[in-house]
Amino acid sequence: MSNKNRALLSDPMDDNNPITVQVLGICSALAITVQLKAAIVMSISVMAVMAASNVIISLLRDLIPNRIRIIVQLVVVAAMVILVDQVLRAYAYDVSKELSIFIGLIITNCIVMGRLEAFALGNGVWRSFLDGIGNAAGYGWILILVAFFRELLGSGKLGGFQVIPDFIYEMGYVNNGLMLLSPMALITVGIIIWIQRSRNRKLIEQG
Amino acid sequence: MIDYANLFIKSIFIENMIFAYFLGMCSYLAVSKTVKTAVGLGFAVIFVLTITVPLNFLIDQYLLRPGALGWIGPDYAELDLSFLSFIMFIAVIASMVQLVEMIVEKFAPALYGALGIFLPLIAVNCAILGGSLFMQIKDFSGITESAIYGFGSGIGWLLAIVAIAAIREKIAYSNVPAPLKGLGITFIITGLMAIGFMSFMGIKL
Repeated sequence: MSNKNRALLSDPMDDNNPITVQVLGICSALAITVQLKAAIVMSISVMAVMAASNVIISLLRDLIPNRIRIIVQLVVVAAMVILVDQVLRAYAYDVSKELSIFIGLIITNCIVMGRLEAFALGNGVWRSFLDGIGNAAGYGWILILVAFFRELLGSGKLGGFQVIPDFIYEMGYVNNGLMLLSPMALITVGIIIWIQRSRNRKLIEQG
Repeated sequence: MIDYANLFIKSIFIENMIFAYFLGMCSYLAVSKTVKTAVGLGFAVIFVLTITVPLNFLIDQYLLRPGALGWIGPDYAELDLSFLSFIMFIAVIASMVQLVEMIVEKFAPALYGALGIFLPLIAVNCAILGGSLFMQIKDFSGITESAIYGFGSGIGWLLAIVAIAAIREKIAYSNVPAPLKGLGITFIITGLMAIGFMSFMGIKL
């Protein structure tokens, strides 16, 4: 694997992270981070959809007329999302109920459309595949990080198992219910952005 | 009548698209630098939501849900096409957005110039598809209800984006820590606004 291809996988982790730098795919990143399990399933679903639709659009890139490319992209993405949705309903019904409309919203997740527009329309199949995997992984790890803190501080559990031992509760520790509500998702992402940009100062916005 | 008023208030404040469900965050963050463009995009979203939610309600009712095809004949009554709902909804939304774009270009060229790239992007605004998917889950009884829900959600979205745009215009003059500038502080302000909107949750309608 050449350096250029490796950059496709590593850039989205930090310097060009879809959520904290490109500001794509925020909706789902915030809404389904109450529990670690849901966040992991969501990340895997997004990875499957992105890799598959990037490959398909990249294969079709010379055939798609420029004027109708958005519709073509939407149809391809919607077909992939239907597949993922049906698989989840068949094999992980509880999680699929929990994710409710957010699986469907992968269609309009800007991250998928954004990468199709910006990358798959102009690059070869293998590179597009790597770009899809890389960006989905960059999206996934922020999602999992947010979910980790929200579930740990909000309900004292990780992946559904209690991790904060009982004697701490007996000493008077109380779960912070606010972490489970929507405002704290926004603030957690805000803090992640703050930490990332203080470490990586070239990302700081001017103006 | 009172049910409709309740649904309207509920969809604006209690189930606000941005603060309760984070739908449409991408354009909310990208287009909220000035109040003027925020207002334009907000009205476009209201318009598209008010049209697409009832339209998708009809499609769901007469084509997609289990037994919906019964009106053709008894042979079709057992068909369940609900797995097609994503693709049908997004097709309706994309074509409506195209239509709105053409109408705005023809009758309000100034607004068209101001909205620019954002108008076609409404098709991929999660708030629009989210409105239709919530409509499907909530099981509305009629087309009026779904139209009111779409309209109210649009207004809630407009309120949110105009409020944040006004705050961002002012905050440009204050001394924000450098790594928080721009995106970071916007997230945190939105979080604080969402805490404010949580106070509506106690209202029983």
